[in-house]
Order: sequence, then structure tokens, then C-alpha cells
Amino acid sequence: MLNPATEPMLPRPFRVLKVGRETADTFTLTLEAAGGGQGFSFAPGQFNMLYAFGIGESPISISGNPERPETLVHTIRAVGAVTRTICGLKKGEILGGRGPFGAPWPMAAAAGQDVLVIAGGLGLAPLRPAVYHLLSHRQDYGNLELIYGARTPEDLLYYKELEGWRGRFDFRVHVTVDAARGEWRGSVGVVPHIIPRARFDPVNTVALVCGPGVMMRFTVQELLAHGLKPENIYVSMERNMKCGLGLCGHCQLGPFFVCKDGPVFRYDQLQDWFLAREV
Amino acid sequence: MSAASVNLGDEVVMEPEVLQQLLESLRSQGYQVIGPTLRQGSLVYAPLSSLADLPRGWGDAQEGGVFRLRKLKAPIFFGYGVGQQSWKQFLYPPRRRTWQARREENGFQIQLPDEDAVKFAFIGVHACDLAAIAVQDKVFLEGPFTDPHYRARREQAFILAVNCGHPCGTGFCVSMGSGPQVTQGFDLALTEILQGTRHFLVAAAGSARGQQLIAQVPHQKALPEQRQAAANLTAQAARQMGRTLETADLKSLLYRNYENPRWDQVAARCLNCGNCTLVCPTCFCHTLEDTTDLTGTQAERWRRWDVCHTVDFTYLHGGGIRNTIRSRYRQWLTHKLATWIDQFGVLGCVGCGRCITWCPVAIDITEEIQAIRESELTTPPAAKE
Repeated sequence: MLNPATEPMLPRPFRVLKVGRETADTFTLTLEAAGGGQGFSFAPGQFNMLYAFGIGESPISISGNPERPETLVHTIRAVGAVTRTICGLKKGEILGGRGPFGAPWPMAAAAGQDVLVIAGGLGLAPLRPAVYHLLSHRQDYGNLELIYGARTPEDLLYYKELEGWRGRFDFRVHVTVDAARGEWRGSVGVVPHIIPRARFDPVNTVALVCGPGVMMRFTVQELLAHGLKPENIYVSMERNMKCGLGLCGHCQLGPFFVCKDGPVFRYDQLQDWFLAREV
Repeated sequence: MSAASVNLGDEVVMEPEVLQQLLESLRSQGYQVIGPTLRQGSLVYAPLSSLADLPRGWGDAQEGGVFRLRKLKAPIFFGYGVGQQSWKQFLYPPRRRTWQARREENGFQIQLPDEDAVKFAFIGVHACDLAAIAVQDKVFLEGPFTDPHYRARREQAFILAVNCGHPCGTGFCVSMGSGPQVTQGFDLALTEILQGTRHFLVAAAGSARGQQLIAQVPHQKALPEQRQAAANLTAQAARQMGRTLETADLKSLLYRNYENPRWDQVAARCLNCGNCTLVCPTCFCHTLEDTTDLTGTQAERWRRWDVCHTVDFTYLHGGGIRNTIRSRYRQWLTHKLATWIDQFGVLGCVGCGRCITWCPVAIDITEEIQAIRESELTTPPAAKE
């Protein structure tokens, strides 16, 4: 009998419990281990290799609640053969998954400090488990702020949940879009421009950043300009990945394998490679 | 016939014809015996059925973009350098099915392939290739995740190494500290000596398996002058090395030269064919490919060597990360000679020279490094932004 727990190259089957549409091309799938078995433990920021039977695998970050391991939640944008197939799955259908892989967000290291959660576009998906953790351990952290930018209001993920978070008195939520039609009454502008609105003590703040490359580049610049220390800024990187184990070589970023040394990196350790082009 | 046991590292002398007995003994122990053969004008590591398959009396001439076999005057068994493909093809096959799966009502059932746990005996492994195997061991066996297939083949493999005794056109093993003398990682090491009409092998065991093999064949304790002849042979090869590479400070040299204009210059010559990665004995990058049968109920996953010189290698939704030849060549060379050190604690290059020989436009890794070094003497690297 094969043991997927000790055979990291073998996907194990998961059943689709629920498919929720987030945006025109992005879906959130709730999964459970097919054939029972224990739940799926992970740390915020980790990812799985999701397998569409016979088609292929894609690295997808985990977006569920780390304290609810009985189900596995992934938010997926349909952009290629694998992700289109997975987003088209119906309740009851099966997909494969192996993981969790990668270095997580520094939830313990951030304790006692203000935390800025800064997401662009789909970058909110790998940050949502961190938000769940922050809110369920609210007493362990200082001021909490979420800054989230999307291209348009229609591209915002987790809309209802954002509204719920915004209703809390212990969590400040800033949502902005790059462009909107006339009925939008929220912020218009890119994420780095929202950072001055957040309240944080620069020398005692940890920032968790995930989004498109250009958004992260300017966000990090802005954070540094506000006095955050490079070692208190964490970024989650994206690369082509095939194995998830640091063996296939595809995800190299300078000396790092993003799949096992990342995807979450401390900025001071990454900065030379982060700033270089085509590395 | 002497059955006396030999100590590890003790040098003994054998007649060259004893090689046949060594091959037969290995075969009788269940090894698939692989060694150099001549095929289509090239040197190819392939199954050996007898000593007659070894390219006795043949050597090679290698230069940038050039490999030629040449007839030697001396009828020696090991008068050539390294062939195009290294031993990597056996320990880490170019294509391999990693699993297959059958779709079922309640999911899918995965099956591992029937393990072809082949016991290989490699005949005629040069020092540079031994070093390359040690480098791949670090990649596949020493990280948080390991490759069980590689491990099975690696642990069983018998390595009969050969000390290099002839000038190597494109190699630079002396610079990389990997040769021409084999020092570790072998079961049995041979040095072939031809002095006038006197032709003999100086052998040393590097493992218990090697000791047992020596014990099965006629041998004598090596005389001091025979040991000296063996030492002279590799010393002479070291003096005639075709290339050199200055390794001091190599990592920081490359780390501070990501924007050196030399990358544009080499990119104008590089064809992005990927030959260098395929012939490199340490390159380990691979991709995973999924297929199904026509009914869609049977699926397979295959692992295949991949090439970092392709745009596809870094493809993400919307495009690749390394879209220029410049960036892809820079990645390959910087990985070999700099980032590899941070990843695995060793250089990713052993100085075998294959990437130089088999580059269709004769790009020379040693020349590229030299050019980057010299550019620093004239123009100091630009300050970081």
C-alpha cells in the first residue's frame, strides 16, 4: 500500500464539497479527503500541488482556515489547462493534491507587533489563512490592518468576508481598486498609495505582502520609506513549479528554490534577487 | 591465483587481460555491465558483453564544438576522455514513468511502476565523472526530499574508475579539484600503464566490493616503480590539461556581475539548444508530464530531463520569467558556478568539459568566466541600485 504521506510525489484524492464563484474566472473549492482519513493540516502561506486527473498539476496556495483542518480550501483562477479543469469540477468530483509545501508566514515571529497584511489581486488567497490566524489569536498581536487592492470591484475576492472583517473594531480593512465604474464609492488607486492611511508603529510592525511582482516591488519600497525594517517585511513569491520538493529546478530564484525555501521570504534575505530582473 | 585479501587503497598489479575476468565476475554477481563503446563515430557508454567491446587502441580529440575519435599507436584499453553522455543517464534516466493511476468511482488508485532496480557496474569512470556523481548525490540524496529511484540505483552501482592518463582537450578538472586522479567514491580504481612492451594495470580497492573483486583475480603487490609509473601518468595528464578556470571568489564574482555586458555578448552566440544541460553530468532539472489513454481512465506521470535554456522552463500564466537568451544563459552558468554553492555546498561544475565540446557554437564556460573577470579589471561593477 502506498503511503502518500511518505511519498511526496503521489497525489491523494480529494472530493469537491463546494464550488463558490469569486469573480468571473476565480473559484473557491472546498475539498475533503476522499475515502475519509484525517484532515489536512497546514500553516498559513503554504501551498499544495493540485492535480487534474490526466492533465497535470499546478501549485495553488491554501486559502482556508488552518484551525479547521477537516476541509481543504483553495481559491483558483482559471488561466491554464489544469486550473480551468479544476475550476470546472462539480460537487462530488475528484481531484488530486499533494502537500502542504513551502515556508509559511511568520505568525509566531509577528506576535506582539502590529501586522500589515497587504494583498494585490489573487494575492489575498495565500494571506487569508494568515488573517484567520491573526483574528483567532487577536490578543497576541498589536494593531492589525489589511490593505487589499484589485483591478476592479468585480475582481475582489471574498467580498462578503471582507465586509464582515470591516465590521470589526479590532481590524482595519482598506480596499482599493485600480479602476471602477461610476457606482463605486470606495478607494481608487494602487496599494502602495493606501499604505500611508494604515496605522502602525514602523519599528514594531511586520508586513505580510503578496501580489503581482510590480505591486510587491512598489509596496516594499513604500514600506521601507515608512521606516519598516527589511527583516520585518515578508513577501510571497511565485515561480513555475513542477515537483514542490526542490528537485526539479524550475522555481529557482537566485540561490533559492521558491517551493522549499519560500514561497514566503524575509525581504532582507531576498532583496538582491527580488530587485534583479529575469532571475 | 592469489586469493589473499587486499587492504583498501593498497595498490596491486594485474595483467590487462584480467579485465575480462573482472567483467565476468561482475556479470555473475548480477550487475549490468556498462562501459565505453564506439558507436557512430562517438564514445558511448553502453552494455559491454566482453572486453572486445572496449574501444581498445582508440583515443579522442576534443575542442570547442569538436569531438573526433582518433586511432592511437598504443593498444591501450582506456586511452580516451569522457563521452558525450555521462553516467547520469543510468542513475537518473532521461525519461522515467514515476507513477500511473486508474480512475475509479471513489477517486483514483495510484500504482508505482514495477521497479527496475537495475544493478549497474560502470566500467571506466573518470575522476571528473565520479565527482559529478557525488554532486548529484547531494542533490538527490541529501536534501529534505530525496529521490528513492536514484537512491536504489546509486547504492547498488559498482564503480570501476580509471585514472586519466592523456591530455584532455576541453576539460579543466585540475582547476575544479576533481581529477585527473580518482581519490574517492569508487569500488575499484585502475591505472593503465604501457611502457614499451610492458602493459599492466595498477589497481586499488575503494570498498569491500572492490576488495572482493580483486581477490578473485590474479594480482601481485605493486612494486614502487609501478606505483610511481601510475602516479606519473596522472601527473602528466594534469600538466597537459586543455583548460583552466580560476575558482577563487567565483560565487561573489558572478553575484556581483548579473548586469555585466558580457551576458549580451554570449547571448548573441548562444543558440539556446540546451546541449550543455543534456551532456552536463550534474544538471538535474526535470519536468513532469501527465498523459492519459484515450478513454481518460488511465493516467501516467513521466519525469523528463528539462532544459533551463527554454522560455517554457519558467512559464507562468501570462509568460515566462526569463524571456531573453541573456537571462537564460546567465541562469545556467550562474547556477553551475555560484548559486549551486548556496544550494548544495559544492560547485555544480566538475570540469569535464562536455559543455564546451558539445556546444555547437563552441561557447566555453572557462572563457566566459575569464571575460567577466577581465571586465572587472577595466570597469568596476556598477554600484547596486
